[in-house]
Amino acid sequence: MSSTFDPRLANARIAPKRGIRLSWSDPKFRNIIFQILIVSALGLAIWYVAHNTQRNLEIQRVATGFGFLGRTAGIPIGEALVPYDPAVNTYGRALVVGLLNTLKVAVIGIVLSTILGTIVGICRLSKNWLISRISAVYVETLRDIPVLLQLLLWYTLLQGLPAPRQAINIGDAVFLSNRGLKMPLIEWQDAHWWTLAAFVLGALGTLAWNRTALRQRDETGKKPPVWPAALGLMVLLPVLVWASLGAPFAIEYPALRGFNFSGGGIISPEYFALLLGLTIYTSAYIAEIVRSGIQAVPRGQWEAAGALGLRQGAVLRLIVLPQATRVIIPPMTSQYLNITKNSSLAVAIGFQDVVSLSQTTLNQTGQAIEGVAIVMAVFLTISLSISLFMNWYNARIALTER
Amino acid sequence: MMRLTLTGGMMATALLAAAPTYAQPSGSATLDAVKARGMVICGIAGAVPGFSLPDSQGVMRGIDADSCRNVAAAALGDATKIKFTALTTTNRFTALQSGEVDLLVRSTTWTLGREANLGLEFAGINYYDGTGFLVKKSLGVKGAKEMDGATICVQPGTSTELAISDYFRQSKMKFTPILIQDLAEIQSAFLSGRCDSYSTDSSALATFRATQPNKDDFVLLPDIISKEPLGYVVRKGDDKWFDIVRWTYFATVAAEEYGIDSKNVDEKLKDTNPDVRRLLGLEGDMGKALAIDNKWAYNVVKQVGNFGETWDRNITVLGVPRGINNIWNKGGLHYAPPIR
Repeated sequence: MSSTFDPRLANARIAPKRGIRLSWSDPKFRNIIFQILIVSALGLAIWYVAHNTQRNLEIQRVATGFGFLGRTAGIPIGEALVPYDPAVNTYGRALVVGLLNTLKVAVIGIVLSTILGTIVGICRLSKNWLISRISAVYVETLRDIPVLLQLLLWYTLLQGLPAPRQAINIGDAVFLSNRGLKMPLIEWQDAHWWTLAAFVLGALGTLAWNRTALRQRDETGKKPPVWPAALGLMVLLPVLVWASLGAPFAIEYPALRGFNFSGGGIISPEYFALLLGLTIYTSAYIAEIVRSGIQAVPRGQWEAAGALGLRQGAVLRLIVLPQATRVIIPPMTSQYLNITKNSSLAVAIGFQDVVSLSQTTLNQTGQAIEGVAIVMAVFLTISLSISLFMNWYNARIALTER
Repeated sequence: MMRLTLTGGMMATALLAAAPTYAQPSGSATLDAVKARGMVICGIAGAVPGFSLPDSQGVMRGIDADSCRNVAAAALGDATKIKFTALTTTNRFTALQSGEVDLLVRSTTWTLGREANLGLEFAGINYYDGTGFLVKKSLGVKGAKEMDGATICVQPGTSTELAISDYFRQSKMKFTPILIQDLAEIQSAFLSGRCDSYSTDSSALATFRATQPNKDDFVLLPDIISKEPLGYVVRKGDDKWFDIVRWTYFATVAAEEYGIDSKNVDEKLKDTNPDVRRLLGLEGDMGKALAIDNKWAYNVVKQVGNFGETWDRNITVLGVPRGINNIWNKGGLHYAPPIR
């Protein structure tokens, strides 16, 4: 009788699901228990550390919280990319100034060390004995000396430059002294921003035109010239914008007033020593990565390209480097992260990066935990951004693989 | 049953009898730790002539170093039971807060912010100082008001940094700071001409100038732009240790006032002046009140010296006048309340 409920059938339907038996012999149950134990032990440890810290801070009556970020800083800063006045600006603003200084070193350092490292790496594979030996010595020497020592060396060397009144004078416009490199600067006005915007727009337009040209080449076999578009969009357009805004142009020359040069732009010895030291140190590593990347491309590729009649330079540029890039990118990411992290050595030579400013801040406010937490968050954010970008780039080149 | 009770009773009696032989906690965690360790750990700079700098024998010399020794002599009866930890301007407070050092005598300025926010307490002042400027004579500068546009070398994390910033703002002048943490690095930056001026406590500038081979090429500007009372710092919340450190300093000032020094201290034991007798532990149990030996002040004066001796040995030899750092009845600011 179909209407009769058979309890055995009900069990049979449930059985395949097989829940967790509350028994030690059930591996599923055991796993869950172990996981609960591990997670709660970890949670307990974190809670203990946090609680202990808070209790100790309370006992010692040390102030806590991020309220200090809104207080007037009063700490002087030597070089800032955004306007900063210790009398009115806050600790928060001071840390932003430091962050921008860190980025200024990291970004330019990454670009320069990549260029320098690639050149040295290629030179190391040169058939010219002298060039390849020099590159080898460059790499082996610079890799083996701690980066802090190199920074101190560059800084000391730069201090050996003459005083401002005896500065090395290049055409009454550029002055090199132990206060840094002073150079003329265009007096920046609104019109210049518009001109810059026109240039960026023109560059984007040129890129788009280049794509169309490439597509046309694929279809018809003939590539329409790109240079007229480039000239029109990147030179004529900005010039027109600039001229229509009244063509303002004035150069501010540095001049010796009192103790120092005023006016014009400056590259301080602290910044220059840091940039130089980090670039050269990191370029030695990048050179090795580039060399190994090139050597990872099978010999057959060189020979095949040579058989087609391509010259050595063209083989490298068109055949080998694109393939080597895929090998180079992942280790390159960690070098970019290194240069960013090593920029915190700025504190040793008096360049005020985010670490230096947070140390000053935590010293003036006494809030060490918050100060260190901010620096950690800053470096984590920068490093993760670099990693994300490099991973995206890596995935992009990997896709073009045939 | 009877036996069991008896044994229990005997054990209780034994415990009671044994109790006094255990080290009695003094009520001060720091003093207990110092006694158990047999050593006072003191935070200093370790590179400032006149304040703390090792001599050719490797012995730490200077007024800060001797201030540390005073505390060791008072707390342990032996000025040599001291370990110096060199600290920078940026890690000094953390080292004290975390208990890495028992006290800090590192040219540290007493400010409200530090005492209220950092969980620290200033137990005394061993040097009344102020921010000054050191410049090269060839610069031709006569006073701080002529410093508009100058580049100035300063250590970060110091009260000097804030004092200069305030002073230039007030005087409507501009300056470029060069902030380097390491003392030797910042001094070399100044000597090489990276900065027009080196600014810190004028005492440190005077002693730095005095130790340069070409000291006449440098001028200490007459302007003192801030008050920088430098002192002994301890952790908040250990009042007994605070008392020991504070009264050790007072004892050295009182000893100078009563004319007791390291040479005549044994003769002074025969003195009839009750103030002297109390100070030297012959009357009044002053040491016991501080949970240390009654001979505490005797040990300090005998082994290290009174305040004036410490000053002359470390600072006068560098050519710095005593000025406001004399004791109160000779025109200075160092004054000890009655030790009774």
